[in-house]
Amino acid sequence: MLRLPELEVVIADSLVAALTRLAEGRHVRALQGGTDLVANLKTGQTKAQTVVALGPLSELHGIDTSGEMVRIGAGERLVDVAQNAELQELFPALTYALARIASPQIRNAGTLGGNLCLDTRCRFINQSDLWREAMGGCLKSHGHECHVIPGGGGCVAALSADSVPVLMVLGAEVEIARLQDGAVLLRRTRVADLYDTDGLRHVRIADGELLTAVLVPKLPEGARAVYRKWAVRQSIDFPLVSTAVRLDLDRDGKLKQGKVAVGVLGPRPRLIPLDRWVGRPIDETLAQQVAAQVFDRCHPLPNVLYDHEYRRERLRVEVLRAIRTWFTPTAAAN
Amino acid sequence: MTAPSPNHAARAATLVTFQLNGEPVTVAAPPHWTLVEVLRYQLNLTGTKQGCDKGDCGACTVRVDGAPVLACMTLAVLVQGRSVETVEGLGVGGEPHPLQRTFAELGAAQCGFCTPGMLMSASAYLDDLATRDAPTVDAVEISAVLGGNLCRCTGYTKIVQAVAVAAREVVERAQTLAEMSNDEAML
Ligand code: SF4
Ligand code: FES
Ligand code: FES
Repeated sequence: MLRLPELEVVIADSLVAALTRLAEGRHVRALQGGTDLVANLKTGQTKAQTVVALGPLSELHGIDTSGEMVRIGAGERLVDVAQNAELQELFPALTYALARIASPQIRNAGTLGGNLCLDTRCRFINQSDLWREAMGGCLKSHGHECHVIPGGGGCVAALSADSVPVLMVLGAEVEIARLQDGAVLLRRTRVADLYDTDGLRHVRIADGELLTAVLVPKLPEGARAVYRKWAVRQSIDFPLVSTAVRLDLDRDGKLKQGKVAVGVLGPRPRLIPLDRWVGRPIDETLAQQVAAQVFDRCHPLPNVLYDHEYRRERLRVEVLRAIRTWFTPTAAAN
Repeated sequence: MTAPSPNHAARAATLVTFQLNGEPVTVAAPPHWTLVEVLRYQLNLTGTKQGCDKGDCGACTVRVDGAPVLACMTLAVLVQGRSVETVEGLGVGGEPHPLQRTFAELGAAQCGFCTPGMLMSASAYLDDLATRDAPTVDAVEISAVLGGNLCRCTGYTKIVQAVAVAAREVVERAQTLAEMSNDEAML
């Protein structure tokens, strides 16, 4: 049995009430599906005195595809976003990625906002309290040294959210609410700018702020994105390799713009623009060159399970496979 | 002298009322108790298993408002007003649910620890199948449906078969009903 520590549970009846409690500090946490937070509270890697359950807040719900920016409430369950027919049509790479998060039970509870705020993961932290204690702890629990990069500058636990790379290449933004003089104030930031290099607090959302929605611009003609995930099992597992590729083609099928996003490195995902290849046809040469560039620029760390050198090589292969879907009709697309 | 916790009042047990296998129940749940703890230790419904207790194994799967979720990750106070189904509610009137019958017939349980969770995930799939226009039974889909339920004994083959046999019954029933309504339309 792994029990939760004693907690105060507040069921928020308004956004203002939720933001007021969240502004008290880091010991107050927002709770949606609970599929990440509850586990982290149980193992003691997250400490909180109060959780604010956001379930009833209508501001966090709804999927609106009518405008140029599609709006998805942060409190929408992963299953509902992944199975939304309009979103499947508009952003198949996004719905594909969300349908591959964890397990059916977790997608039935977990939310899109929750996935964006998923805590970083590391084989030295996602363990029981006893296990971590025996290791002497680390920067993210009760210790003073990182075991991934001993003597390094900080915690380098891995961003492991499947939604992030694909939202980055789609140019998505998030809407973040806070209170000012009793009124709700909204700010917007690109998903690509949402993350920091500090594994102890990698999401750039301050105390008192709350992620309320994800906004995704509709793709222009000729643009498409592909997500590729690799993990040991096809279900339950967090990604060990996670990458999204987006290519925008002109009328002649030449590259107009493109980018690759990569997760599961350190706490911050990486966005690599493909400007060098603008004007080039999408073929095996381009695929090989882009994959080699991603391999050069990305260095998976021994933070999550599995050999990091293998994960780096596998990342190259997954980028290659993603790009091949543009010119090999039989390659698995999404 | 220890200062009283500022949150003392909110940490006391709260009354939670929900539908449990079709019947209303009220329990006094401490806020940090999960649904699996309330089911097993307050309501004595020990069919729902507590395995990893952290979202990895699916042994604690119950259905909340029809959807399979993990009772070990669900705060009990948050099921207020909702409908919870556990393995105890699967059979009706002493009769086993079709899945319980096919699991027994095909030997889909060995130690049985994963079985209640498997049955709850599979029962949601069967209910969904019954609402589809032209349902078909597909082993790949069944594996995906059971993707959040670990079994350390069987190797899964018999479990997938047992779900497939029960699913075919659902499909055949839907086809028979469709044929009957076609016949009626011709009369
Ligand atoms: S990266 Fe280092 S500090 Fe961070 S969780 Fe892992 S071992 Fe701990
Ligand atoms: S006991 Fe809930 S998932 Fe294992
Ligand atoms: S029968 Fe033993 S775990 Fe599945």
